[in-house]
Amino acid sequence: MKVKVAMVLRYVILVLGAIIMLMPFLWMVSTSLKTQPETVKIPPIWIPKQLQWANYIEAFKAAPFARYFVNSVLVTTVTTAGQLFTSILAAFAFSRLNFYGKNIIFVIFLGTMMVPGEMLIIPNFVTLSKFHMINTYWALIVPWLASFFTVFTLKQNFQSVPDQLYYAAKIDGATDWHFLWHVLVPISKSTITAVTVLQVIGSWNAFMWPLIVTNTENLRTLPVGLQAFTTDAGTNYALLMAASTFVILPMVILYIFLQKYIIAGISKTGLKG
Amino acid sequence: MLNEKPTLKSTAKALLYLLPMLVITIIFNIYPILKSFIMSFYTKYDFFKDIVQQWGGSNFTFIFRDPDFHLAVKNTLIFVVGVVPLTVIISLVIALLLNKIKWLSGLFRTVYFLPFVTSTVAIAQVWHWIYNSDYGLLNYFLSLFGINPIAWLESPKYAMLALIIMSIWKSLGFNIVLFLVGLNNINERYYQAAEIDGANAWHQFTNVTLPLLSPITFLVSVNGVIGSFKVFDQIFALFNGTPGPSKSALTIVYYLYQKFYTEWKYGIAAASGVVLFFMILLVTLIQMWYSKKHVHY
Repeated sequence: MKVKVAMVLRYVILVLGAIIMLMPFLWMVSTSLKTQPETVKIPPIWIPKQLQWANYIEAFKAAPFARYFVNSVLVTTVTTAGQLFTSILAAFAFSRLNFYGKNIIFVIFLGTMMVPGEMLIIPNFVTLSKFHMINTYWALIVPWLASFFTVFTLKQNFQSVPDQLYYAAKIDGATDWHFLWHVLVPISKSTITAVTVLQVIGSWNAFMWPLIVTNTENLRTLPVGLQAFTTDAGTNYALLMAASTFVILPMVILYIFLQKYIIAGISKTGLKG
Repeated sequence: MLNEKPTLKSTAKALLYLLPMLVITIIFNIYPILKSFIMSFYTKYDFFKDIVQQWGGSNFTFIFRDPDFHLAVKNTLIFVVGVVPLTVIISLVIALLLNKIKWLSGLFRTVYFLPFVTSTVAIAQVWHWIYNSDYGLLNYFLSLFGINPIAWLESPKYAMLALIIMSIWKSLGFNIVLFLVGLNNINERYYQAAEIDGANAWHQFTNVTLPLLSPITFLVSVNGVIGSFKVFDQIFALFNGTPGPSKSALTIVYYLYQKFYTEWKYGIAAASGVVLFFMILLVTLIQMWYSKKHVHY
């Protein structure tokens, strides 16, 4: 009996917690489908009489969200792909090659992970101005083409692959390059997927850097565009919630499909932020 | 190969593999670390020509005397203290509960983790709406308990609390995942042994679970403290590009942003970044020192 009560209690707490976690999302979607008078009704209504899907179209047209969307997709894709490429190469060198200065270089990079990224914004802004890259796609992409966090995660994974495989490939006449892309990378698929998804989420949601290095509408990513839209939307919460929904939705879909990898990625590394 | 000594040839080869990463990180990570420290001593600086006309320590004396910076440090500390302990405790409790159930456990995990993947800026708009003093959901719920409407985002008294609540909500999922990993790694036999020794559930928790979980608790706390010290996006989005009513949510990074981006005072902004760096370093060192005594690996 006591065991049963404990079990019921557990579920009650978890359900209550889950409701609190979901509430903002439900409220967002609910508001996004209301007419404006419905949004300010007290007591609040959860399910509008008629679902105002037109809010989404109106919000989408109220600001250049299509453009923001394309920018976000472009920046996220190029950043993630580039970062993955540079990190795979570097992780290979750290895990399979012996070279002078290996330990020193590694320790220096490990040390840089301790530095808050916010501190680097000012000098990076100055550097990019010198390259005439401020307010271009380059500024949004180039500084993020390498991440020591990703290198570190991949290195750990590459090291767990038995050395015998490497020697066998060598005996078969495979070059390092061939071994890396045809053996090591395919074997490490799940870790690579995990770091990729985490990077995609990070890039998609990034705010401070894109806010600082862009000052024209054409270059805004979705979060920056949404923030600018709040001023235009004013108190029209139905439109604002519709716009928020389509900023959030792509990552939620990605998460639902790739949940396994995201969770595994965090569990393995646990150190992002 | 791994057992071989490094040679000039292998070094050259490794360098080629490292080159793309090295170029980017040297320009955008390593050089700017040094540069920030140097820039914090620029007292007269022409950004357009990149000419430093004067050097000195006056940026530091400025921020140490600036009441805004004092406020920023104070608010940041309040935020850290408000967010981290509660996040750790709540996520530990949720993880313990999740660990004990089977049915629907996957669904719960999905739900609790959802805020982690959502854009801070977008979800802050939703919270902005929830906190609305006239029509917001939160004041409606409070009114059911006879509590008068609270001006969450307009009153300097409540703005920080509003920010803390949203931040806890957002960061729970990540920590729950880490705690679940930790719980999963605890060998069932410890509990069996404790059971045989006659330990009740509470004793099992305090004598087995907590000590064995301490490395994860440590990791979660350090992550939480570092992340909270750098809070910015939430504030910008929740208070529509202001540091809250009467600067009640002005934090160190927000101060840095204002000095740098709106006031173009690069040296002062860099100096505040340096202070942030040392504060994070100090707190991390204290936590590490504490963990040496209390964390059982």
